Amino acid sequence: MNIALLLEMAAEAAPDRVGLVCDGKRWTYGDLLDAARGAFELIQESEAEYVALLDESSEAAVIAVFGAALAGVPYCPLNYRLPDADLAALLDRVSPALVVGDEERIMRVAGDQGHTIFSREEFTLKAQETVPEPESREYDPGEGIAIQLFTSGTTAAPKAAILRHSNLLGYILGTVEFASADEADAALVVVPPYHIAGISALLSSIYSLRKIVMLPNFTPEGWLGLVETETVTNAFVVPTMLARIVDAMEKGVTANTESLRAIAYGGGKMPLEVIHKALERFPSAGFTNAYGLTETSSTVALLGPDDHREALASDDPKVRARLTSLGQPIPTVEMQIRGENGEVLGPNEPGEIYVRGEQVSGEYKEKSALDAEGWFPTRDAGYMDEHGYLFLSGRADDVIVRGGENMSPGEIEDVLLTHPAIADACACAVASVEWGEAVGVAIVTREGHETPGEDEIKSMIRSRLRSSRVPEKIAFVEELPYNEMGKLLRRKVKEVLADT
Amino acid sequence: MKPGTRLKSAACDTEVMVIRCADGQIECGGAPMGEAKPAEAAPLSADFSAGTLMGKRYVDADGKYELLCVKPGKGSLSVDGVALVVKDAKPLPASD
Repeated sequence: MNIALLLEMAAEAAPDRVGLVCDGKRWTYGDLLDAARGAFELIQESEAEYVALLDESSEAAVIAVFGAALAGVPYCPLNYRLPDADLAALLDRVSPALVVGDEERIMRVAGDQGHTIFSREEFTLKAQETVPEPESREYDPGEGIAIQLFTSGTTAAPKAAILRHSNLLGYILGTVEFASADEADAALVVVPPYHIAGISALLSSIYSLRKIVMLPNFTPEGWLGLVETETVTNAFVVPTMLARIVDAMEKGVTANTESLRAIAYGGGKMPLEVIHKALERFPSAGFTNAYGLTETSSTVALLGPDDHREALASDDPKVRARLTSLGQPIPTVEMQIRGENGEVLGPNEPGEIYVRGEQVSGEYKEKSALDAEGWFPTRDAGYMDEHGYLFLSGRADDVIVRGGENMSPGEIEDVLLTHPAIADACACAVASVEWGEAVGVAIVTREGHETPGEDEIKSMIRSRLRSSRVPEKIAFVEELPYNEMGKLLRRKVKEVLADT
Repeated sequence: MKPGTRLKSAACDTEVMVIRCADGQIECGGAPMGEAKPAEAAPLSADFSAGTLMGKRYVDADGKYELLCVKPGKGSLSVDGVALVVKDAKPLPASD
């Protein structure tokens, strides 16, 4: 089955209903399907083996993803923030492609790679002009790859993760009720098109007939403005965006946000302070923390609105702690925590998170990472408490191994962040002659506070955790390095600590 | 028959996509479904006339068959004379 079915069904059920608003232009489901069919023609003519997008979010992303699906070639949105050399290397890996977006830049960095290049406007216009007659074309049955996404490469070179039509449809059909949205519903999409959350937002909104409102370039003011003018009901943000929105509101930016019913977040660790403030700023919105990976077609666990409010209202520290959890696995996915030798661990035992289900691809262009029983090792480290709430402690690759003892950066960071003078903290491995690896920490001092002394930090860790967790190296930095999605770049912190 | 095949009802407007199937006869409104519509419509059986709903998935008790309704109609779905039932999605609190 082909993911284009999602748009075909929306267009069949409600051809004249507005499905997308971008830059003030409104597209009905009928318009979008016509343009996707036109894009099919352009892709066939070009004989491209991929459809790549080098652009911010726009209608072109929707037309390209479904056009590529109809034509049976993988859709591959690329990160336009990458430096030229990295981008050229990725474009080379998908050559020959039909590339939509920044024409001038594509020509400059990959002009000799045999691509067919369109600007956004040209692609959108031509797709609308070349719509084939109904029933006149044989579209791809959707047995292959729908989407290829390069992972962000925070630890190594980007890997080409593959999502099949069956993975994405498994996720959407299993978790979204067709046409379940009210005609007044609107989802504000600000995640860039090359992120899995941006893609799953398009697919699930279209299948539920929830109007998509796109904000290609995030600013807190732009976001708040669109919430008011388009009476947005649902929104997904990454933690840094929510922090900036709350900050702007505190500084006096106002908007009517009463229409907002649901705010979902994910893609990185949410600081407790931010979620507390956001819960106060948006008292009528339900908050959902979604945990997922590219390789799992998006969400595999979530902490729902009731969990958020319960945690906030509770006096029980265990229930309050749920605000820092990722919630529980969704019903259509199985999850296990496994130890170093692959053994399944019980509640509260830290290990690596494994998932299995239709939506889990776990596949890269080079090879599949699934084990013989179909389980995908996420390389995320964490544990599940006795009630099934999942807590993430970091990437398995980030675990610090000191003299054979495994330590997760998360537990050390959580203790550091309880210090009133510490605004942000990162723990990672530093080389140690004696232990192989030891703990190093980078600390950002909170504005208006004295920098805490090294001895004070060491004794705090010693008293709250174990002496093995006491940092050998401490660096005080202006800020920690995050990528644009709010992911902490630990490899950069390691470099700083190595030079300290 | 294989997953991804689109089947049409001989007795009403219903169309389904096959998500999962085995060797049995898939029917709608009491008549066998096919990839093409027959020239002459089959009569709608009173026993299989509860109707299909767009976007609903229909399954058998053993989990061997799963059909997604992509066009609704007056007939209802069955395999070898045994009615299929609706399988509900498990909607998430809008997470994306």
